[in-house]
Amino acid sequence: MSNEQTVLMDGAGIKRALTRIAHEILEKNKGVEDIVLIGIRSGGAFLSDGIAEQISNIEGGTVPVGAVDITLYRDDCSGSLPHHPVGKTEIPFSLEAKKVILVDDVLYTGRTIRAAMDAMMDFGRPKSIQLAVLIDRGHRELPIRADFVGRNVPTSQKENVQVVFDSANKPIEVLLEK
Amino acid sequence: MNLLIKNGRVIDPGQKIDDVMDVLVENGLIKELGKGLSVPADAKVIDASGKYVVPGLIDMHVHLRDPGLEYKEDIVSGTKSAVAGGFTSVCCMPNTKPVIDNKAVVSYIINKAKSEGLCNVFPVGSITYGMGGERMSEIGELKESGCVAISDDGKPVVNSELMMRSLQYAQGIGITVISHAEELSLVGQGVMNEGYTSTELGLKGIPCVAEDIATSRDIMLAEYTGSPIHIAHVSTKGSVRIIREAKARGVKVTCETAPHYFTLTDDAVRGYNTNAKMNPPLREVQDVAAIKEGLKDGTIDCIATDHAPHHLDEKDVEFNEAMNGIVGLETSLPLSLKLVDEGVLKLDQLIEKLSFNPSKILNLGRGILRAGSIADITLIDPSAEWVVEADKLASKSKNSPWLGRTMKGGAATTIVAGKVVYKR
Amino acid sequence: MAEFKHKHIIALRDLSKEDMELLLSTAESMREINSRDIKKVPTLRGKTIINLFYESSTRTRTSFEIAGKRLSADTVNIAPSNSSATKGETLADTALNLLAMKPDIIVMRHAVSGSHYFLANKINCSIINAGDGAHEHPSQGLLDMLTMKDRFGRLDGLKVAIVGDITHSRVARSNIQGLTKMGSKIYVAGPPTMLPPGVEKLGDVTVCSSMNEALEDADVVMMLRIQQERQGKTLMPNTREYSRYFGLNPNNIKLAKPNAMIMHPGPINRGVEMSSYVIDGDQSWILKQVENGVAVRMAMLYHVCGGELE
Repeated sequence: MSNEQTVLMDGAGIKRALTRIAHEILEKNKGVEDIVLIGIRSGGAFLSDGIAEQISNIEGGTVPVGAVDITLYRDDCSGSLPHHPVGKTEIPFSLEAKKVILVDDVLYTGRTIRAAMDAMMDFGRPKSIQLAVLIDRGHRELPIRADFVGRNVPTSQKENVQVVFDSANKPIEVLLEK
Repeated sequence: MNLLIKNGRVIDPGQKIDDVMDVLVENGLIKELGKGLSVPADAKVIDASGKYVVPGLIDMHVHLRDPGLEYKEDIVSGTKSAVAGGFTSVCCMPNTKPVIDNKAVVSYIINKAKSEGLCNVFPVGSITYGMGGERMSEIGELKESGCVAISDDGKPVVNSELMMRSLQYAQGIGITVISHAEELSLVGQGVMNEGYTSTELGLKGIPCVAEDIATSRDIMLAEYTGSPIHIAHVSTKGSVRIIREAKARGVKVTCETAPHYFTLTDDAVRGYNTNAKMNPPLREVQDVAAIKEGLKDGTIDCIATDHAPHHLDEKDVEFNEAMNGIVGLETSLPLSLKLVDEGVLKLDQLIEKLSFNPSKILNLGRGILRAGSIADITLIDPSAEWVVEADKLASKSKNSPWLGRTMKGGAATTIVAGKVVYKR
Repeated sequence: MAEFKHKHIIALRDLSKEDMELLLSTAESMREINSRDIKKVPTLRGKTIINLFYESSTRTRTSFEIAGKRLSADTVNIAPSNSSATKGETLADTALNLLAMKPDIIVMRHAVSGSHYFLANKINCSIINAGDGAHEHPSQGLLDMLTMKDRFGRLDGLKVAIVGDITHSRVARSNIQGLTKMGSKIYVAGPPTMLPPGVEKLGDVTVCSSMNEALEDADVVMMLRIQQERQGKTLMPNTREYSRYFGLNPNNIKLAKPNAMIMHPGPINRGVEMSSYVIDGDQSWILKQVENGVAVRMAMLYHVCGGELE
């Protein structure tokens, strides 16, 4: 395991970042109309609740929030490694003509986002898909970029970035492990 | 060539001999037994120290598959397997193609065995024509042409009257009837013993009572007619009890069991092992215990292998499709010797069941090392350890449940009519 | 995180409690796909699944086929003539020929118990048992457990009555193997001709002397199919008398817990093992079983693809 850990963001920092992201989402989309938040399990799903809360605080009303598990859309299923346990996808509303904001905790290779976008398409034809992430650590392997970023963190591929959640699934801190 | 077998432990239950001595063989006959015999000028000496010297083993129940099913076994490979297992005589069952129900087939077997076989082959003719269970074979001619017993082994004679008349008729001819005791309506589509294992494996079971009922019927018919009867491959606790009681009443009944029935239980079927599929099927712990008890108290007279070679293609299939039976000639002796280690049998009792008794039941005039008798002799190495390997078995078929197992004891030298036919 | 390490699923006897929990939890997630407008995920894209059914079965074969298709695998159905022997081709040869076409999974139903183990020794793709003789039917056992879990939220401590021909039932064996590991208690009832020797040793099984005894306070009542053809002429007088003693009806179901769930692996012989009032009544979960079948089979296909060679 990694032995050296640095705290990149603390709880207050995360909250500020999510608040800023909420503002940016509203600004870019000129309000909450047709916006839905879809968190990518597991970290993104927890964060999407926080962003939705901030949007409510700013604009009033509620934004529909769903969660997607991308396991079944992974591009490494053809290997013979044991398959990951499959989590639940919960999108209890139509995505047709919606502005989908995908939420993830850490943006890295972009493969997860690719899988999540494929999953979105299986739920209908959204008007647009935008991406919000708490951390962008670089090293993209696919032509994907985030629309809303909490913080850009240059990393090496040997390092690991981890968002830590408490038992109530609230973010506590972001760690960089070397 | 004359032989002097020196310093072996000679065990001859027929003469109640168990002593270290020499055996002199001249012109294919036993010439003399004694201590410190001098070596005649023209005799070859075999050092038998540490070995048992016993009357040649007799397997009264084998399937040589010749004629007709030579892809499984033939007289040459079957007798090669026999002598490797220490057997100097085998009795071959009639379920060949064609069936041994006429003089021509009997003569074919006897002649081929004489010219190409390595040991004595005594054919068993069929009770019913074509083993069809409809009418009697020409039992008189079968006996005249060389059959030592009659049996429809592989299936029972379902018709009780036909079985009774066959017993009466055979008694008149002076030939022993060997019963394959199986009540087919209880066997049905069964493929293994009915019990907990069949329940767990979801395989159709054959209840032990299917054998018990048929054993009872044939013993009652023998009792009624006063004819001798020999029950083949006894596998159940019930059959042992029924035979024991019949013997006590004075019924002329003898019987045999096979090494697998005192060595294995239906547990061996787990994993759907087709080399543990046979008929009668492997039974349960209490049956194995009863078989051993029957061997010990003399209820069971003989150990016979029911050597049943089958081609790989007939065993390497789904369990229900697999043929019944296993090869046994080369593993019988070590498995039987284990009975002595376990204290079930004394050594002389074991040799009695492997040689003297079968000879007596079938009037073969062998199974004894008396001066003047035919020099069929088996030298047993009780301490030889060896592994059962498919490519080392002399039989054409390799369907043994003991493949890969280590065996202790085996034939060191097999001598048929004074001639060494096998040497380990 | 739990990992599924089996290359084949042949019997629930071979799986651990953790294996089954993983399969059930995956199945619960798979269910969501079945409620979408677009009922398909790309997970097993490019995988080939052969459904090799030596015994006819509309329900199980269709369920496996739909499960494979919803995971984007290519599925092919083969139903060799019932007696392959008449065609002269052995099971091993048929399988080796199919294997030459590089399938990833063979889903097989076969009349001979244990034939999947026989096959597993010969071929190197995954094998899923869709029913073998009177041995096991693991996908049915799993979907039954999933359905019970839906109703009770747990399997531990449930009293499950299984009524009918246990001897010839692979469904009963898979349920007994699976439910015992999950902590349920099983009570079996049927005419003594249909209770195999040692059934009480198969798992946490109590053999009941009457159907009423099995039904008493049961959480789950599982009825097995009775067919005059299968049970033959010697196991019971006729279906009329059978249903008098071992049929489930609105009266005897009252012995079970109020709201006990009623299950049946199908196809049902109405009026024999169950009366229509029970089949179509509020307590019947029979159609839910069928629905869960697809999700369970998706989970099985998904996990064997990631399993290791044993």
